Amino acid sequence: MSTLAHVGAGASGAPTSPSPEPAKKSRLAYLLLLPGAVWLLVFFVIPLVQLFTVSLQSQFPGYPGYYYRDVNVGNYWRAFTDFGPHFGRSLLFAGLATFFAFCLAYPLAYAMAFKAGKWRGVMMILVIAPFFTSFILRTVAWRQILADEGPVATTLNTLHLLPGGRITETWMAVVAGLTYNFLPFMVLPIYASLERADHRIIEAGGDLYANGFTTFRTVTLPMSMPGVLAGTLLTFIPAAGDYVNAELLGSDNTKMVGNVIESQFFRVLGGFPTAAALSFTLMAIILALVFVYVRKFGTEELL
Amino acid sequence: MSAPNPTAYRPSAGKRAGAWLANRFAIIAAVLVLFYLFLPVLYVFIFSFNNYRKSNIAWNPNGSPTLKHWMDPCGAPGVCESLVTSLQIGVIATLAAVVLGTLLAFALVRHQFRGRTASNVLVFVPMATPEIVLGASLLTIFVQGFSNVGLRLGFWTIVFAHIMFCISFVVVTVKARLQSLDPRLDEAAMDLYATPSNTFWKVTFPLVLPGIIGAAMLSFSLSFDDFIITSFVSGNETTFPKFVYVSYLRGIPAQANVIGFSMFAIALLLVIGGSIISGRRKA
Repeated sequence: MSTLAHVGAGASGAPTSPSPEPAKKSRLAYLLLLPGAVWLLVFFVIPLVQLFTVSLQSQFPGYPGYYYRDVNVGNYWRAFTDFGPHFGRSLLFAGLATFFAFCLAYPLAYAMAFKAGKWRGVMMILVIAPFFTSFILRTVAWRQILADEGPVATTLNTLHLLPGGRITETWMAVVAGLTYNFLPFMVLPIYASLERADHRIIEAGGDLYANGFTTFRTVTLPMSMPGVLAGTLLTFIPAAGDYVNAELLGSDNTKMVGNVIESQFFRVLGGFPTAAALSFTLMAIILALVFVYVRKFGTEELL
Repeated sequence: MSAPNPTAYRPSAGKRAGAWLANRFAIIAAVLVLFYLFLPVLYVFIFSFNNYRKSNIAWNPNGSPTLKHWMDPCGAPGVCESLVTSLQIGVIATLAAVVLGTLLAFALVRHQFRGRTASNVLVFVPMATPEIVLGASLLTIFVQGFSNVGLRLGFWTIVFAHIMFCISFVVVTVKARLQSLDPRLDEAAMDLYATPSNTFWKVTFPLVLPGIIGAAMLSFSLSFDDFIITSFVSGNETTFPKFVYVSYLRGIPAQANVIGFSMFAIALLLVIGGSIISGRRKA
């Protein structure tokens, strides 16, 4: 920690201002940077490179589970042709879950920022608190809540609102589980951006005779866009890669790409290259989506 | 709000009714959403009192509710061992991630250097990568690469993986706190002839500390509840979430409900207690 002691010395202002003693300062910067950056290189970048090489490996004929270095693009071809529907489901379910999470999160974040008053801190704690009960336990609880004899399915069935007669082992249960599990990741960034927003500007909307909805649409919502952007990414990304909800709440017809990756790694002998190709494709799709999304809405809040 | 005045002209009354509804709508919706967030926790709590025979999925009215699982929380084989493992991993990973991440945050906020943008990207991309990809890549490197240097899947591979994904969240949290500090506070200390190390320990560090504490709490809860990455790099080691997931097919023992709900209650009490104390100190 002793290197930290010198940080205060040169901390003379905003990050954009040129530093007075560049050489000395940047040496200190590299010292601060080094341990964390090395850790991320060794346990994030190098493993990703390894994942990529594995995704191109081939199997020794007759020796399942033994691979040699190769440029076997066929792994990617197989990933798409055999598991295309799983990719589709992952993106679709994650998209739906993100949309529902937004619909649920916005009113909560809005109430926290504008209506909660001194209860703000308490509500913030309440949003995070369910995390401390293991997320697997909570997902199993959803299986009980949505079960055929459970309160939700029986109510909907009495009202004849449930086409197939059940929720568990359908896509509805999987999307409900995904929505639930990643909801706090949507609430917190939206709340943060609404709280930062200047409340006087919103009042000004009312003073200028805009009605509640117009004020919301033209003033409040645009001001919270950075939070909405961050929240959508923080919900969509983990949801697209999740396999626990599909495993615990769904059936074979609702398996997502995460389920395939998991079973190719652990239950299929010789599945490593396919699983690696699937993982890499998933990451590429998500990074491409993030890139397009961020280009469209701006990066300021993310980096 | 009182009923709309009958003499007022209609649009105004409509507007007022709309405003009244909009006003209440956010609060009503917020309460409903909070209820939704807590419903599964309530189920976990209720089923910790279930006197079940084979599996703790359906409520058994015979002999329920029972306190026997609460009297014997370690009664199910493996459940307390997995809890201890999770707590150990959480503490080690949090300490390491907080130190590495805080240093990184200081470098990124307070210094100009070549490669700053690249470093920002290096910190951001792990958060934008699905856990399953992180887990899969770590599995391939641990199995095909690092095993040559004697690293086997188990306790330490879990710790290393957790440190990795916690660093980014620590950097983001501490960075936000650092950026909100007024740099003139440091300048004032320097003007008053404080040494650089005094300035740091007496001014900068205490101001950043809340951010560091927040980052530590976030890291610990992320590490403690992580399942996907852990399941890829754990080998035969069992953490609490993995214990619950693995025992799902055979039936999760109610002791897991007891422990899961207790962790929730303890965390809630600690956080509320902490915020009351810090609130009093400010007052």
